[in-house]
Amino acid sequence: MKKAPVRDKRLDLRDLTVIFDGFKALNKLSLYVDPGELLCIIGPNGAGKTTMMDVITGKTRPDSGTAWFGSEIDLLRLTEPEIVNAGIGRKFQKPTVFEQLTVFENLELALAGGRSFYRTLRARITPAQQNRIDDVLEIIGLTKQRTLLARTLSHGQKQWLEIGMLLMQNPELLLVDEPVAGMTPHEIERTAELLLSLEGEHSIVVVEHDMHFVRSIARRVTVLHEGRVIAEGDMDKVQKDARVKEVYLGE
Amino acid sequence: MVRFGNSIAGRDRGGAWFLGILTLIAIAVPVLNILVPPSSTFHLSAYGIALIGKYLCYGMLALALDLIWGFCGILSLGHAAFFALGGYAMGMYLMREIGPRGVYGNPILPDFMVFLNWKSLPWFWHGFNHFLFAAAMVVAVPALLALVFGWFAFRSRVTGVYFSIITQALTYALMLAFFRNNMGFGGNNGFTDFKDILGFDLHSDGTHAVLLVITAVALGASYLACRAIVDSRAGRVIRAIRDAESRTRFLGYPVESFKLWLFVFSGIIAGIAGALYVPQIGIINPSEFAPINSIEAVIWVAVGGRGTLYGAIAGAVLVNYAKTYLTGAFPEVWLYALGALFVLVTRYLPRGIIGLLPSKDKVVPKAALLGESHEESARSRQAARS
Amino acid sequence: MIRFPRGGQRFFGPLLLLGALFAAHAQSPKDANFLSTLGELREATYSGKAGIVERLGQSGHPSVRAVLTALLEERLYYRNSDQKVFIAKSADSDPLNLIDPLSLKNSGSAPAANLTQIGTNNALRRVVRMAVARFGLSSPSASVRLDAAREMLKSLDDPTVALLRERLGVERNSSVRKEIATGLALAALDSPDTKTRLAAISTLKGGLSQDVRNRLALLLDKSSDGAFIEKDENVRRAAASAVAAIDRWRTFYSGFQTLFFGLSLGSVLVLIAIGLAITFGVMGVINMAHGELMMLGAYTTYAVQLAMPGHTGISILLAIPAAFIVSGLTGIAMERTIIRHLYGRPLETLLATFGVSLILQQSVRSIFTALNRSVITPDWMSGSLRLNDAIEITYNRLYVVIFTLLVFSLILAVLKRTRVGLDIRAVSQNRAMAKAMGIRTDWVDAMTFGLGSGIAGVAGVALSQLTNVGPNLGQSYIIDSFMVVVFGGVGNLWGSLIGGMSMGIVNELLEPYAGAVLAKIFVLVALILFIQARPRGLFPQAGRAAEDK
Ligand SMILES: Nc1ncnc2c1ncn2[C@@H]1O[C@H](COP(=O)(O)OP(=O)(O)OP(=O)(O)O)[C@@H](O)[C@H]1O
Ligand SMILES: [Mg+2]
Repeated sequence: MKKAPVRDKRLDLRDLTVIFDGFKALNKLSLYVDPGELLCIIGPNGAGKTTMMDVITGKTRPDSGTAWFGSEIDLLRLTEPEIVNAGIGRKFQKPTVFEQLTVFENLELALAGGRSFYRTLRARITPAQQNRIDDVLEIIGLTKQRTLLARTLSHGQKQWLEIGMLLMQNPELLLVDEPVAGMTPHEIERTAELLLSLEGEHSIVVVEHDMHFVRSIARRVTVLHEGRVIAEGDMDKVQKDARVKEVYLGE
Repeated sequence: MVRFGNSIAGRDRGGAWFLGILTLIAIAVPVLNILVPPSSTFHLSAYGIALIGKYLCYGMLALALDLIWGFCGILSLGHAAFFALGGYAMGMYLMREIGPRGVYGNPILPDFMVFLNWKSLPWFWHGFNHFLFAAAMVVAVPALLALVFGWFAFRSRVTGVYFSIITQALTYALMLAFFRNNMGFGGNNGFTDFKDILGFDLHSDGTHAVLLVITAVALGASYLACRAIVDSRAGRVIRAIRDAESRTRFLGYPVESFKLWLFVFSGIIAGIAGALYVPQIGIINPSEFAPINSIEAVIWVAVGGRGTLYGAIAGAVLVNYAKTYLTGAFPEVWLYALGALFVLVTRYLPRGIIGLLPSKDKVVPKAALLGESHEESARSRQAARS
Repeated sequence: MIRFPRGGQRFFGPLLLLGALFAAHAQSPKDANFLSTLGELREATYSGKAGIVERLGQSGHPSVRAVLTALLEERLYYRNSDQKVFIAKSADSDPLNLIDPLSLKNSGSAPAANLTQIGTNNALRRVVRMAVARFGLSSPSASVRLDAAREMLKSLDDPTVALLRERLGVERNSSVRKEIATGLALAALDSPDTKTRLAAISTLKGGLSQDVRNRLALLLDKSSDGAFIEKDENVRRAAASAVAAIDRWRTFYSGFQTLFFGLSLGSVLVLIAIGLAITFGVMGVINMAHGELMMLGAYTTYAVQLAMPGHTGISILLAIPAAFIVSGLTGIAMERTIIRHLYGRPLETLLATFGVSLILQQSVRSIFTALNRSVITPDWMSGSLRLNDAIEITYNRLYVVIFTLLVFSLILAVLKRTRVGLDIRAVSQNRAMAKAMGIRTDWVDAMTFGLGSGIAGVAGVALSQLTNVGPNLGQSYIIDSFMVVVFGGVGNLWGSLIGGMSMGIVNELLEPYAGAVLAKIFVLVALILFIQARPRGLFPQAGRAAEDK
């Protein structure tokens, strides 16, 4: 039986290894997130960032290693929906909203509440939930588009909608994969504000290639390369690191 | 309280039309049959009633298919299996109801068992002399098959064409099984020569008229039930699954169980449709399980317009009307026509004939059906990054 | 369930061919003598005929075998008008096709009413059979001698045994010797001497033939009064162990045979599944008309054969490229007009191609009618290869297995070694990238679809050698081949090969116990359970592209 780690981290990954056809997408990756912390993860393409999120959310099963959510929950034993309901929300790298549903309905589905077939069959939106959706619509700036089909949104708006869905879920841990790809500078700024406002209340892991953006939000930065952590620390420290330079310049 | 949830479906105008027409049929058919004298051109013959009854049963099957295909993206190529199982359950009741009036006069054993020299009733035939038991089986047997099969299939994440292929194999296997004499379901010939149902003579127009009204009611009720599901939050989850299955999973919805229950419910509707079909048509045999039947049912839905419920029903009626006409008038043309229908509808009419109507009830927007822009968005992301 | 007709049958034994070798001789005194002896058959009584048959046998004339065989099969006639004796090719036809008894050449035909059959009875037939066998045993050809010896084992009596013993002295060929020894041993089982019987049993022990086994098993029976027929216990024990030994080997070899049947059934599935795998693997298209493309190939074979009567062997070989082209072009036409427009919508493609399958089926019905057509199997593909008493492998199955392996390697080579193959693989792995690199994906799609469809046509040629050709041919195989694809892993050639072969073998293994239907249901259930463990089949397509649906 696997033992829960002693440290009380919000998220604790140890020695995760994922092998795809002999290729190690993750190679003994160890990483932690403190409660309320905003952690930025950077790394070149193919470093394994998305794969790491896949492991945390149960999409990919690692070949070895452990993943604990708090000291109670062994993520490797849960199914994807169970992991979500344990309090982990995710924004995908490729924005995926429900194109055939309206903006409002997208948020409604993300609403915390019973997830079973039976419960959703009978679910009605309470005034409190209605207000919550209105609030989130306000935050993500899509109030006017609430009755539009999500597929009619622009790329940036879809990104926002997906962030809005994360907010609706109100998870303890947010995994945000490349949130600002395809956004205008102005939108990027607002995203940074939003993420910072969530910090403290939620633990957040942000994966991003946009260095300006990372610099604007990061306290602690972890650099991934070839499936493992090669550097860690604040932005300045990381950027001076010889290996990091090599990896990025070597590209 | 404002409910935006319904904003796409709008007020169900198409559904209102459909229910109106259905009511009209339920009233007009008995009137035209019983009150209009046979000499009049407006008289509806027993054959006419049976034909309409058949169309309505097929409409129910189409409804069941549309619920899972149109709304959840699950294309079952074996739905006729549920239809046939419901039909067989009803057929077993009708066989036992014949009692000693069979050719061999055996009060317990149906003729084909006497013919096979069987001495006693197989265990699974017990209870079918009670109508209520048979009615329960009409629901339970398809539900059980859907539950077991769906559990295995969905659990292992069999999706898309894989699922279609496996359901097709399922109905094919069932067909082979039912062809066997020693299965105890009458082999090749199936069940026929029914005498009465609940004591009412199956050869009388009156009984047929009543059966038709019951079928209409069942179809209307199924429609309303499906509509209720589709318009609930569960319905939105189901559509979410259709559009982005794994995303739905990452919102915490147990996708497999949604699919499973929907599949079971759909199987039950198909089963009831089959049970209503058998007394009106007067025969059930293993060819009902033939894979082509299931695929034909899919084309009804596609012709009518999937994701609308009433469109599927309309498609079933239209295609079958064409089939009745063509197989009578130009038998060799029918398969060409059916084949062309498959090709043309998928190629040119992705939203079916309902999509041709000027209406606001378009549940599935056209662009969504025309191989949507996943690639598109991936490309723009790529562009944004570089 | 898929069924093959088991074993081809040959109507004309090697006898006629052999006789034909000698037919060039002009009429000699020997011939004249032979003819007049033959003529006596017309009037003689049955016992008289027996004497005549003996004399014919002793004459050593090259036609003896053919004439006596014809007599045995009641195909010997004389013409009422001139009393001349003829052999009929078959006794059932009218007019009868006649063969001259001396030259063994065709000599026209005549209405059956103008000819009188030379009759036989049981006793006479026994004599004739002996004479044929005796003649056969002294034939210069070892295989004729072997057949003759085998024939004799079926009805052993004193004169036969004497004959066999006599032949044993002069026979050189080891398999013929073995057969003769078996015959002598079988006869020796009736000997009153225990030692002789024991020795016979030990000779018979190494055999495999069912007849020998049954004869030995008789020694273990009890007569009606409950006493053993064979009185000596040692003999009984030896017989029991010999029976067990033979049974063991027969079971072993029949397992072998089942395996082979499974492989040949699997080969057909593999041929069909390869094509499916190519179209699915590259284009994500499940082609429901694939079975009909195969049917087109089978009909092409039929049509080619019709076009060149009398050249069965060549027509089959020509049918292979012809079927490839017919089905391939049909496939390309389908791709260009329909499938291309449905790209990325697999379920719709499935429906549209199903529509095409209906149209193809109905067209074939309109052109060739709904009747099943039988394609003639060339001589070199009929008959069977007899490995020993327990295994017989029909040539058509053997060729189909070999053919499948050839096609498989060819496709593999095309995909791995040619430019087209490289393009196809590139497109299947990353369509957008391939396009960006200047590969004409349109063209590659059409070629791929053509290739997959062409292979379906080739599969049809193979199938036409195993079963009748009809409009429903495609349907009866397609569900099985889909299962193969699901089992093997979509889009993987090796998966199709291993998947198809194992499905074939499982089917053949189960069938004797469960019957065809239950075997099918079992396979389905097993497949459903299998995909619980491996949802993407034996050889899953790797990579993220495979996951995003
Ligand atoms: N399902 C899979 N099968 C095979 N290889 C995979 C799979 N998923 C990921 N990989 C490979 O694993 C490696 C890590 O991929 P991952 O998506 O985690 O990188 P990333 O850091 O998110 O890159 P990017 O910045 O481009 O998003 C890549 O080389 C990728 O090709
Ligand atoms: Mg990534």
